[in-house]
Amino acid sequence: MKYVWKKILSCIITLFIVSLLVFVAFAIIPGDPALSKLGTNATEASLAAMRQQMGLDKPIWERYLNWLWGAIRGDFGTSYSYSMSVASMILDKLPITLTLMIFSMCIMILIGVPLGVYASYKEGTAIDRVIQIINQINMAVPPFFSGILITLLFGVTLKFFTPGGFVSISKNPVGFFTYMFYPALAVALPKSAMILNLLYSSLNGEKKKDYVRTAYSRGNTSNAVFFGHMLKNASIPTITFLGMALADMIAGSIIIEQVFGIPGLGRILLTSIQNRDYPVVVAIIMLIAVIVIGVNFLVDVLYKLVDPRVGN
Amino acid sequence: MKKKKYNFNFILGMILLALTLIPAFVGLFWTPYNPETMDKTLKMAGISLKHIYGCDNFGRDIFSRIMSGSAITVAIALGTVAFGSIIGTIIGALTGYFGGILDEALMRINDVALAFPSLLLALVMVSLLGSGKYQVMLALGIAFIPSYARIVRSEYIRIKNLDYVKSAKLAGAGEFRIMFVHILPNAKTVILSSLMIGFNNAVLAEAGLSFLGIGVQPPDASLGRMLSEAQSHLFTNPGYALFTGCTIVAIILGFSLLSKEVK
Repeated sequence: MKYVWKKILSCIITLFIVSLLVFVAFAIIPGDPALSKLGTNATEASLAAMRQQMGLDKPIWERYLNWLWGAIRGDFGTSYSYSMSVASMILDKLPITLTLMIFSMCIMILIGVPLGVYASYKEGTAIDRVIQIINQINMAVPPFFSGILITLLFGVTLKFFTPGGFVSISKNPVGFFTYMFYPALAVALPKSAMILNLLYSSLNGEKKKDYVRTAYSRGNTSNAVFFGHMLKNASIPTITFLGMALADMIAGSIIIEQVFGIPGLGRILLTSIQNRDYPVVVAIIMLIAVIVIGVNFLVDVLYKLVDPRVGN
Repeated sequence: MKKKKYNFNFILGMILLALTLIPAFVGLFWTPYNPETMDKTLKMAGISLKHIYGCDNFGRDIFSRIMSGSAITVAIALGTVAFGSIIGTIIGALTGYFGGILDEALMRINDVALAFPSLLLALVMVSLLGSGKYQVMLALGIAFIPSYARIVRSEYIRIKNLDYVKSAKLAGAGEFRIMFVHILPNAKTVILSSLMIGFNNAVLAEAGLSFLGIGVQPPDASLGRMLSEAQSHLFTNPGYALFTGCTIVAIILGFSLLSKEVK
């Protein structure tokens, strides 16, 4: 339990550092948000009034504390370009991106784990080699290109879905989920190659260990040793990888949303970067930081449950 | 059996890199056609002897564009790796060798940076620095510093307690001489293989940023930007996307096959 509290404390400190770095970085970059909002014809008086309204006239530490206090309560300020609450803009789009991420996480595990176990089970055979070669190629395909290939294959040639035909969940739930399957597949494919590789090599590493020999000498069948003993131990690095994979999947989703025309978080992040709408950019980065750090926290705790020696 | 596999990976990697990097290098000086010249009569022209990859929606020769595009992509990746690895090595060497409060503080920041996917970090950097090929190089370089620093630091911590370093100290070698003349050459295998992985990540990240439209800006065309152009003509001219994408895959596959052998 002490371990968990210590971890929580370090997560909070990390989040605090992230928020400080991100806020300061975006506050000190050149450019006047009031000027870009009012246009170059604005008078000095109206600019000053706008700055005051946007809270830009205060010193930076005060702005940071105000922002932090708001952020803790879930208020991330107002978007420069849309004059909307940033929090509601994000909340609107978050479910779409989360669906994409959960979908791709599931697909990644469903493809990578069985194939990794199977390839290691058949180590040295022709099937193993074929899986390895395909995997190596799969790992080299960036998600946006696999997205284009999937669009070409399933959208243009096989006509399983209409490219660019995204429908919102409230209009057509079935259509939404079937459409989301394809981008999720595009995000998941390169990642599944990594999980396959990792599981494969950690399983093969286990094969040489003493406890495996002991298990055999006690009369276990090779299936029992493989699935009963080795798989459990080899799964530990895989759990850690899942945490890292999730972080990568957020980045992957941002790109894939552009390939498939999905109006998710990636879309607002990009338009906000292009419009220099920094409150939105900062809020999305903080949100991603919370997700990434939170998941890594869960992974650490899970790790501790699987292997109690960790962290002592 | 083992020997044969080594050769296969190595040869395939070399072939893939030769097929992609030689045209990229030549593309710096010469391309069969001007990659920016538009020709209405050749709009979406198919594959022919004159235009081996066909032409795009403006009638520009795709092969010439891929040549100059891969030159830009490779140049940015090289610049990124050079920048990130030099600064990362210096930071890693200093923190690993001296330790102390500076080490603690920098590694905390490093932990934070490493928690983010590098593409996202690069996105933040680009939004701070602006778009364009030099900005992308700088943004990606900064985004890649933490991972190099981490790797070099752990190598330095491992090596600094070895006997030969102690004897160099006894012989009166200065701290910086020990750091860069004695320790650095012994860390080179680890650094080299992380350079190759870093190169691949840089190609991927550059392509990703440019694909999103916030990387390289026109008239420069990198492979990522070309892929996003090609995507809007996927129905009428799938060859453009396929050839461009396969070039990226070939570069990455070639390097990862080679880096397997370096290890």
